[in-house]
Amino acid sequence: MKSIIIASDLSIHDWFKKKKLQRETEYTREKLDIPGNLWVKCYKCAQTLYSKELEANLKVCPKCGYHFKLTSAERIKQLTNGSPFQEIAANLTSKDFLGFTDTKPYAKRIDESIMKTSHKDAIVVGLTRIGEHDVALGAMDFAFMGGSVGSVVGEKIARLIEAAVEKKLPVIIFSSSGGMRMQESIMSLMQMAKSSAALGRLRENGLPYIAVCTDPTTGGTTASFAMLGDINISEPGALICFAGPRVIEQTIKQKLPPGFQRSEFLLAHGMLDIVVERKKLKETLINLLNFFKN
Amino acid sequence: MAKEKPVKNNRNLLAFEQPLQAVYQKLEQLREIQESGKMDMSAEIKQTEKRIEALRQQLFANLNPIQVVQVARHLMRPTTLDYISLMFTDWVELHGDRNFADDPAMVCGTARLDGRSVVVIGQQKGHSTKENIARNFGTAHPEGYRKALRVMRLAERYGKPIISLVDTPGAYPGIGAEERGQAEAIAKNLREMAELTVPFVSVITGEGGSGGALGIAMGNRVLMLEFSIYSVISPEGCASILFRDAKRANEAAVAMKITAKDMLELGVIEDIIKEPLGGAHNDHQLAARNVKQAIVKHLNPLLPLSHRELIADRYNKFRKLGIFNE
Repeated sequence: MKSIIIASDLSIHDWFKKKKLQRETEYTREKLDIPGNLWVKCYKCAQTLYSKELEANLKVCPKCGYHFKLTSAERIKQLTNGSPFQEIAANLTSKDFLGFTDTKPYAKRIDESIMKTSHKDAIVVGLTRIGEHDVALGAMDFAFMGGSVGSVVGEKIARLIEAAVEKKLPVIIFSSSGGMRMQESIMSLMQMAKSSAALGRLRENGLPYIAVCTDPTTGGTTASFAMLGDINISEPGALICFAGPRVIEQTIKQKLPPGFQRSEFLLAHGMLDIVVERKKLKETLINLLNFFKN
Repeated sequence: MAKEKPVKNNRNLLAFEQPLQAVYQKLEQLREIQESGKMDMSAEIKQTEKRIEALRQQLFANLNPIQVVQVARHLMRPTTLDYISLMFTDWVELHGDRNFADDPAMVCGTARLDGRSVVVIGQQKGHSTKENIARNFGTAHPEGYRKALRVMRLAERYGKPIISLVDTPGAYPGIGAEERGQAEAIAKNLREMAELTVPFVSVITGEGGSGGALGIAMGNRVLMLEFSIYSVISPEGCASILFRDAKRANEAAVAMKITAKDMLELGVIEDIIKEPLGGAHNDHQLAARNVKQAIVKHLNPLLPLSHRELIADRYNKFRKLGIFNE
């Protein structure tokens, strides 16, 4: 199991540090998502599930169909069936260039997130194969600071798209993000411009982009690369919005109707092409990639 | 001193300008005496006016970010339509996104800048509660962003430069806005603005509020007024999310680095436009003259560029933004 492999790479000191951090993190609920815990409780129907069974079912609750969040590694594995993944810009890490401190210094948050997720930032991008198709693929990690988009995520997306233009490949990006990374202030906002401009260039080069919004995709992420697909796809029940439900409730002083801003709501309002269950996702992507190719 | 008039009204003095209150009162008393003809107070009046100017200079010499936020949001700060009437001629406002509605929070139209045809777009705030309600406080719906894109496309078809005047707390967060795709509307604007084949200059005149501001602000050159702000989230929003307390907005304003000077240092903008003493609201004419001068200065070098050069120039401007370790 993944967590065990990581543990073996750490010294005893680091291992304790990691354990302590795990206890301290706000994402204790997310911990249940990590394979290695034998039993997992479904967030939606509260059914206790055997984690191996859940994983075999692509981390979709067999009882109620709830789609658990996937890490970038899990996502890539589900789609590529072990095809090599040639990661791009793997070494980029975030920098606390503003010396930003809220309840914690940003620099500390970065370190903790790296320890917690074993990822360097909130997205992994690279070149790989899905079915018979070479693709430029990006997958976000919500567990890394809520999938927030700062300079690193923006830069990685831009480099992925530029690599796709150079190699004439379609681009697929799986979003899972709470929005822009406030700790990078204006520079995070500029990543919306950067990633969207890069997608414009992809489009000018006649190359397709499939955007997949997974739970949750909100804020500036939705208002940039996550909504700009030639095809916009989502998994069932995902929260997808610009302004979060809490912000809207505070603004209009009303309770929001159930299902507001979920995938099916966006589909009904014409913002998505398809809502696809995870088990049909790969097949759907291959179908679309076939369409674009031939 | 006609330009001093609006300031006599107490509501126009910001909290940090309170030291001015007493001096203004004195000035008014002196003027009353002068007008009554009982005594010649002209020397004292002149002296008091000088004192006001000196005091104001002192107050505005080193505004902290919280004070800048207050100036940027000042009710009497020139709005987009104020600037349009002072900087351009032959203004024709164009309405509607051709899909759903006309958004009064976003104004778009054709105009002439020193005789040159241009397209102008910008968010519109009001100078009173009534006006602000009519303009939705300058917070646009998707149809506002779609109208802006439609008019930018119009400019492109006829080879006219685009000027955007940015002043918004953000894009409107509401049910209708979400239903009609606020995120999609802004995202599309970002992608399309990057591809425009005409010169494009953006000016942040007041509040550059997040994606709602950026949605019309991807100029080849981005300029900011001295006391305007540009940020990914309002200081209040940042405080309530990151500091877990909306009352800590002041701290957030400082931490986020949102002033024009910060933006210039980070390479987000190309130039800062000087404001009249005491802020743009104290002298709309002078503010507009400064803004116009800056627009002309930055637009002129873009005019001879080819379509490809303009797109490359804009792409490179935004492509290089980002700070990280490699």
